[in-house]
Amino acid sequence: MSGLTKKIVALAGVSAFVAGNAVAAELTVVSWGGAYTKSQVEAYHKPWMAQSGHSIISEDYGGGIAEIKAQVESGNVTWDVVDVELSDAIRACDEGLLEEIDHSSLPAAPDGTPAVDDFLPGTLHDCAVANIVWSSVYVYDSSKVRNWNAPKTMADFFNTDAYPGKRGMRKSPKVTMEFALIADGVPVSEVYDVLGTEEGIERAFAKLDTIKDDVIWWEAGAQPPQLLADGEVIFTTAWNGRVFNAVAAEDQSFEMVWDGQIYDLDLWVIPKGSKNVEAALDFVRFSTATEQLANQASWISYGPARASSVPLIGTYHDNPAIKMADHMPTAPGNFANALQNDFEFWADNQDDLNERFNAWLAQ
Amino acid sequence: MDAAQPITAADGTPLKKKLAQAMFRSKLRATGLVVPLLAFVLASFVFPIIALMWQGVYNDTFERLMPNLTEELRVWDGVSEPTEDMYAMLVADLRQNRADKTIGKVASRVNQELAGTRSLFTSTARKAKKLEPPYKESVIKTKKKWGELKVWQAMKLTNQSLTPGFYATSLDAVQTVDQGFVMKEDKRQIYTKLFVRTLMISGSVMLLCLLLGYPVAYLLATLPLRYSNLLMIMVLLPFWTSLLVRTTAWIAILQSQGVVNDLLVWIGITGDDSRFSLIYNMTGTIIAMTHILLPFMILPLYSVMKTIPPSYMRAARSLGATPTRAFIKVYMPQTVPGIGAGGLLVFILAIGYYITPALVGGQDGQLISNMIAYHMQKSLNWSLAAALGGLLLGGVLVLYWAYDRIIGIDNMKLG
Repeated sequence: MSGLTKKIVALAGVSAFVAGNAVAAELTVVSWGGAYTKSQVEAYHKPWMAQSGHSIISEDYGGGIAEIKAQVESGNVTWDVVDVELSDAIRACDEGLLEEIDHSSLPAAPDGTPAVDDFLPGTLHDCAVANIVWSSVYVYDSSKVRNWNAPKTMADFFNTDAYPGKRGMRKSPKVTMEFALIADGVPVSEVYDVLGTEEGIERAFAKLDTIKDDVIWWEAGAQPPQLLADGEVIFTTAWNGRVFNAVAAEDQSFEMVWDGQIYDLDLWVIPKGSKNVEAALDFVRFSTATEQLANQASWISYGPARASSVPLIGTYHDNPAIKMADHMPTAPGNFANALQNDFEFWADNQDDLNERFNAWLAQ
Repeated sequence: MDAAQPITAADGTPLKKKLAQAMFRSKLRATGLVVPLLAFVLASFVFPIIALMWQGVYNDTFERLMPNLTEELRVWDGVSEPTEDMYAMLVADLRQNRADKTIGKVASRVNQELAGTRSLFTSTARKAKKLEPPYKESVIKTKKKWGELKVWQAMKLTNQSLTPGFYATSLDAVQTVDQGFVMKEDKRQIYTKLFVRTLMISGSVMLLCLLLGYPVAYLLATLPLRYSNLLMIMVLLPFWTSLLVRTTAWIAILQSQGVVNDLLVWIGITGDDSRFSLIYNMTGTIIAMTHILLPFMILPLYSVMKTIPPSYMRAARSLGATPTRAFIKVYMPQTVPGIGAGGLLVFILAIGYYITPALVGGQDGQLISNMIAYHMQKSLNWSLAAALGGLLLGGVLVLYWAYDRIIGIDNMKLG
């Protein structure tokens, strides 16, 4: 029995004892649905329920903090743990909508490294603990015979001469505008500096203008793989885990183009006034432990937020031939030209750019 | 008997008084029956609408959370250099908001007025505790932007709790401190365009419903019972089906790899690489909305047509009118109340539609209601959503009034 397993068994014993004394709680955990929620149910919810004696109701939502705000402000909080994007976590925390999470209470790595040092830089916040790193990329279907060379760069996505046909993009300025600038030749390190200027915004819209008539806009994460499979589009931007799932679980022959990928975090937060704060905190601690994060990675190709989880990443849960490490956004081969989403830029400019983006769409 | 003597009831009280008492009791009973409904309508309809409309012109986030700075801003003229006192009050309020965890609310509110100020507030609030006088210097040192006049002007504007600013935004104008209201540049205008588009799409849907629904209603009213019953079921069956099911069915039918396009390619009307875009655009929105709203046109038309005796048409024919002339001169005028009712119903429902355009509208098939939903759910700018909703409500009331003046609301027949 390895040291790690011993520790986990011991930990499980203690928690079971504690839980045995407490009244079993029913936790509502809210996430993004589809393959992503499934990976969380398998890696987090089921083991936690078995260990703590509490139960979990899993709900889906479409992102944003509107529901959390409505629940907290009306004093009727029914969600206990929510999976949110970084810019939303920061904003909700600033507005006092979330419980604070004490970082020192998070479990240390198996080798004893404290959690604050084990989590990747920028993944721990006052009210939020990251669980995964995910990425926006674009995809094509390699099973459809077409007379063009396989696309390699972000510029190819915008090249309608070499690659004629419809393209799917997320109906949001976030990521879309960065993609446009990267395709227009802005180095990833300068994207947010350029986008912070009026000329930069004009430049991004000008680039988007070149494909505007060819774009089908999607809103839910499950849509792009569907659009691609139906042949509605030749390319589509998508979240890398959803694409991986279509490839691994549904035998689609989708190929991702990692050039110019934009990665971001998903974090657990606890709405202020949750009726099960203690159980919710326990769930957050449990699910962001080294082993659970590594386990999740065997269900979907999102990178764990802890350094100590990375060496533990194994193979796809029902196909040992697929090495998950190769499919992570952070895998060396994929990470060559990557950009981290700048949450502060978006917290500041989201409202304004959304408005301009909507105006641009309506023209 | 003396004529001046009042008539009395058996117990001696004047009959008039007795009658009034009896009437009062029955009135009370009638009122008692109506009260629950009245209370329900007030509590669940009138009150929330008034509350929401109020949000469209009143937003006291800044005034409530930044009380000290508010007083300073009141006396500031809006163009001169901000004073040390103003900076001192700013720091005092930021500290308080940091402690109460409300700084995000203030930051969001000012950010609505001037983009890019959210992090200015949140980051300076984090450092506010350590700031020392002179505050003007130390605040500007944390972020240069605090020295810019436009940040202070934005705060002066958000500082007015009772504000026309949200209605101005709804009409694509901006409120400024020194120049009153200014229209936004053309490519940033969105709401006025969407209002016009909403009216146009609703109008087209109404006309299409009338064109398609009129013959169906006529058949329903004139066919023998066994046929018309079958037809009625065909009209009602989709009416009873979920809106979402019908909308997604249209996606399956109209998409570029869908039934209609496959059929057109098979017949040879279009090539495989030049399939028609029938969905995710305005065409898709109009087709799906017309289908969904059709029963609202057919049913009022049918109920009116059912009451028109067939003998009128026969009389017109026997007096020498051609079938067309008899139909136009005799039959159609009698269906006007149905046309009015169906048209108004379809138009008003169409104006507020949002699920269907959200699903099939793509980029040029979105309506103003999609924008309202966006501000309610995503940007959380409820005041702007309220202002847009207020304008929409006002528009509907104006149309209703115009309808009443032109056709007369008494002529409307819903069934």
